[in-house]
Amino acid sequence: MPNVMIRRKDSGELLFYVAKKDLEETIASVQVDTALQWGGEVALTDGSRWYVEPISPPPVFPATLRFRRGEG
Amino acid sequence: MPALTREETLELIQEVLEVYPEKAKKDRAKHLAVNDHDIEQSKKCITSNRKSLPGVMTIRGCAYAGSKGVVWGPIKDMIHISHGPVGCGQYSRAGRRNYYVGHTGVNTFGTMNFTSDFQEKDIVFGGDKKLGKLITELESLFPLSKGISVQSECPIGLIGDDIESVAREQAKALGKPIVPVRCEGFRGVSQSLGHHIANDAIRDWVIGNRDGDERFVATPYDVAIIGDYNIGGDAWSSRILLEEMGLRVVAQWPGDGTLAELELTPKVKLNLIHCYRSMNYISRFMEEKYGIPWMEYNFFGPTKIAESLRKIAARFDESIQAKAEAVIARYQAQSEAVIAKYRPRLEGKKVMLYVGGLRPRHVIGAYEDLGMEVVGTGYEFAHNDDYDRTIKEMGNATLLYDDLTGFELEEIVQRIRPDLVGSGVKEKYLFQKMGIPFRQMHSWDYSGPYHGYDGFAIFARDMDMTINNPCWDKLKAPWVKDAATAAAALAARA
Ligand code: SF4
Repeated sequence: MPNVMIRRKDSGELLFYVAKKDLEETIASVQVDTALQWGGEVALTDGSRWYVEPISPPPVFPATLRFRRGEG
Repeated sequence: MPALTREETLELIQEVLEVYPEKAKKDRAKHLAVNDHDIEQSKKCITSNRKSLPGVMTIRGCAYAGSKGVVWGPIKDMIHISHGPVGCGQYSRAGRRNYYVGHTGVNTFGTMNFTSDFQEKDIVFGGDKKLGKLITELESLFPLSKGISVQSECPIGLIGDDIESVAREQAKALGKPIVPVRCEGFRGVSQSLGHHIANDAIRDWVIGNRDGDERFVATPYDVAIIGDYNIGGDAWSSRILLEEMGLRVVAQWPGDGTLAELELTPKVKLNLIHCYRSMNYISRFMEEKYGIPWMEYNFFGPTKIAESLRKIAARFDESIQAKAEAVIARYQAQSEAVIAKYRPRLEGKKVMLYVGGLRPRHVIGAYEDLGMEVVGTGYEFAHNDDYDRTIKEMGNATLLYDDLTGFELEEIVQRIRPDLVGSGVKEKYLFQKMGIPFRQMHSWDYSGPYHGYDGFAIFARDMDMTINNPCWDKLKAPWVKDAATAAAALAARA
């Protein structure tokens, strides 16, 4: 369950950063991304998947969240 | 020597690795790569931030070096105690040339070495009492210090001293911030973790000190320079450019930095990061907690400076943007003159770099401004994100290397025979004896500054003076007639 810091890139995309793992990757898709909720399964551009319980109201980025490794 | 093709470079890597046993060869192969612009993510081609192989000679430092030597050491009005045996601090004392203004020993302490000088009895019975006493003594000897940091050396973690509680107690007694840093040398694989630990200590013990204190009068143009170590005055030649474009530099650290500047950083509008590797952690933290955006910039060579100034100005209003253009225009004649003078003498020369946190990629532009080409670059302690940023800066099919061993560096340089090698002091004399011009790119070889437009003039002069130095023709003994015999003699010696 790594601590992940999510911040917005200049281009507007979200960046997924895990200091401990030295991972800095753009988020490709988020399962739930509405005005009320944010989270679920998150896919990164490198193909890996991560999971966080949907959070409501959606967090204000940058924010640090605890993710689980997703399946696949 | 003409530029190598992709295949030739790959072959070179294979040949260099040939001498290793199978397992070591496999491991080291992951750390050497041929640059390929098609690769988006560096982890596909190069492995970094791994433990060095036992038995090889690495150029890395320890976590203590990353915290005391790099991040904390230059904060000039604090006293940094090298807590533990005397050697770690004494042998690294004042080696980094972080310039500062102030009266050393009175209100600034940058080049001094403070240590708790552990003896056997401190290891056996613990050193907490000694640390407390040392801090009281420091206070009576140097009452003008603004704070104290305790930089742990290896034994502290091993014997389990509780430096945090000593720090809290003494901070209360003295009314000054005392920062315990758990940067024991054995933590992590290189000095890089020391940077991270030091950043975390700044976060936990300093950054929030002035939260809720609204006395500081902010302006919309407040920025902080973070991660400029002021080697030979680098931060000063950077700072003036930002000030000329109408920004107010509220804080500048670590180089020539003060505790007050650290504490005021959360009040700025934008954090400017020069050394990403050592300072990204604290910048990310401030972005999350205080909503301060951060950006990386590069003040090496006129092309990158202009690019960075425009990028910085774009974060502000039109008046700043106009002033940034004026700054660029003002210095144009100066840098054109530098290029006109030195480029003809340096054109086409090949450079190999092997340095630390940001220079392996940041100085590429400055060399290119002088018509030179960087054919190989690498870091001692970088992570994937550094290589991600490097791939774009380097030419295709050039060589990338991570945590090179002494043998590999020597071997690669022998084969490529670049016109200039830029690395650290341990490598300097080796390559000079091989007859290859060398610049020490950690401390600018006792020169500098190299940042900013003024720094570029010095950079160009230094490179010219090194590469075109008449001494390189004198390396051949007078009785050796031709180059081939000279090379054979060299090879026989090796
Ligand atoms: S590894 Fe430990 S003993 Fe060696 S310099 Fe670093 S802190 Fe000191």
